[in-house]
Amino acid sequence: MAQRTIVTPGDKLPGDVEAKEPYVVEINGVKVATTIGLLDTSGEKPVYIPLQSIYVPKKGDVVIGLVQSVGVVNWTLDINSPYNGVLPASDFLGRPYNPATDDLSQYLQVGDYVKVKIVAFDRTRNPLLTVQDKGLGKIVDGKILEVQPSKIPRIIGKKRSMLEMLKKETGCEIFVAVNGRIHVKCPDEDRETILILAIKMIERQAHTTGLTARVQEYIEELKKVKGVE
Amino acid sequence: MGKAVGVKLIDEYGRRHDGRLPDQMRPVRMRINVLENADGSALVEYGRTRILAAVYGPREPVQKFMALPDRALLRVRYHMAPFSTEERKSPAPSRREIELSKVIREAFEDIILVKYFPRTAIDIFLEVLQADGGTRTAAVTAASLALANAGIPMKALVAGVAVGKIEGQLVLDVDEIEDGSGEADMPVAYAPDIEKITLFQLNGVLTREELEKGLNMALSAIRELVELEKRTLKEEYVSTEEV
Repeated sequence: MAQRTIVTPGDKLPGDVEAKEPYVVEINGVKVATTIGLLDTSGEKPVYIPLQSIYVPKKGDVVIGLVQSVGVVNWTLDINSPYNGVLPASDFLGRPYNPATDDLSQYLQVGDYVKVKIVAFDRTRNPLLTVQDKGLGKIVDGKILEVQPSKIPRIIGKKRSMLEMLKKETGCEIFVAVNGRIHVKCPDEDRETILILAIKMIERQAHTTGLTARVQEYIEELKKVKGVE
Repeated sequence: MGKAVGVKLIDEYGRRHDGRLPDQMRPVRMRINVLENADGSALVEYGRTRILAAVYGPREPVQKFMALPDRALLRVRYHMAPFSTEERKSPAPSRREIELSKVIREAFEDIILVKYFPRTAIDIFLEVLQADGGTRTAAVTAASLALANAGIPMKALVAGVAVGKIEGQLVLDVDEIEDGSGEADMPVAYAPDIEKITLFQLNGVLTREELEKGLNMALSAIRELVELEKRTLKEEYVSTEEV
């Protein structure tokens, strides 16, 4: 049986707890939780899962950015993080770029979503982004959902179980970015609604057990109501 | 306001003007997630004192030159709404509000783990909706809850309470009337989990013994307040479990 307790900032945790900084820090030799989280003691080692987190960019992460401003030689993207991303024009266009002849707002405008990869980030400068990889670039169709970054592992599930179930049950294409944005492409509007409701349910109940089965039941119920095969 | 003339603040049974015992707090209420647009928010009431807290960040500072290279910039705005007092208060920040913003900011500087978010800003907005004494300590409690609600890493939860001296007796959680005619007022903020006092002020005169006794009264009340903060935070998740 799963042993899970909710912990709050300042609560002391067992010394061998598995967790990442800054969600657990050591103060005077004692491990202390710094955010609201779950302490799971069902496994061999206790695990701390933060229920709330702030996305800090990491090299190699694929994220969905929202164009915030168009500069002379680059775009500034909101990547749902304390730091804004920088996408250079020469990278996006894939060729040398001359600000005298090219107008950047022709390619990406404020409000556009772009799937990008983080090339470099060391906290002294804003993260540098690229679109030069498979599947990256401007998002032209589908919808973007925003959830808390801490709920992303739950939406993917153990060994992608939740994500695969969502894809199978709704027939939608789903891309989950680690910064808390989800790109969905559905065959019709009913399926889209079902998928969005299901994701919202996962976000709300991320800290509970047996969620995959409950979400599946919920989707089947919605399908009956909507009359979707 | 001013001094209440001819009013007994403590009656012959040792009860205060509102029926409380000397070491009794006013009824405390806490709620989180009260604002949709903020990253974290809280509403805290100590009796008739009511504070709304909103936390944003870490985010890019609005004025980029203010960013610090090694840690997050913490900004606190304590503000009293024009309708919060009996007589209209000018909405412009007063000398007192600027000072309180500073002491509340300092109460959190060693609590929030600012070094994990260099070059960013964390904004805490504290709006006094209704003032009835003890606004700065209630503001600290509200800020602590809103920070936890925003998921900003912090070493411990903080809460505040004021101890006053009226008619020669130490009392916990002074309200407006007691504050106006009391002999001393001592606001304290404390983080019980790491045993750290983060705010300590004293207005008036206390003897060494009174100070020690008053501080202990405040600390034990704060321990209870932090327990209530933790319950409030946990309830947010327990209530969604049965959906």
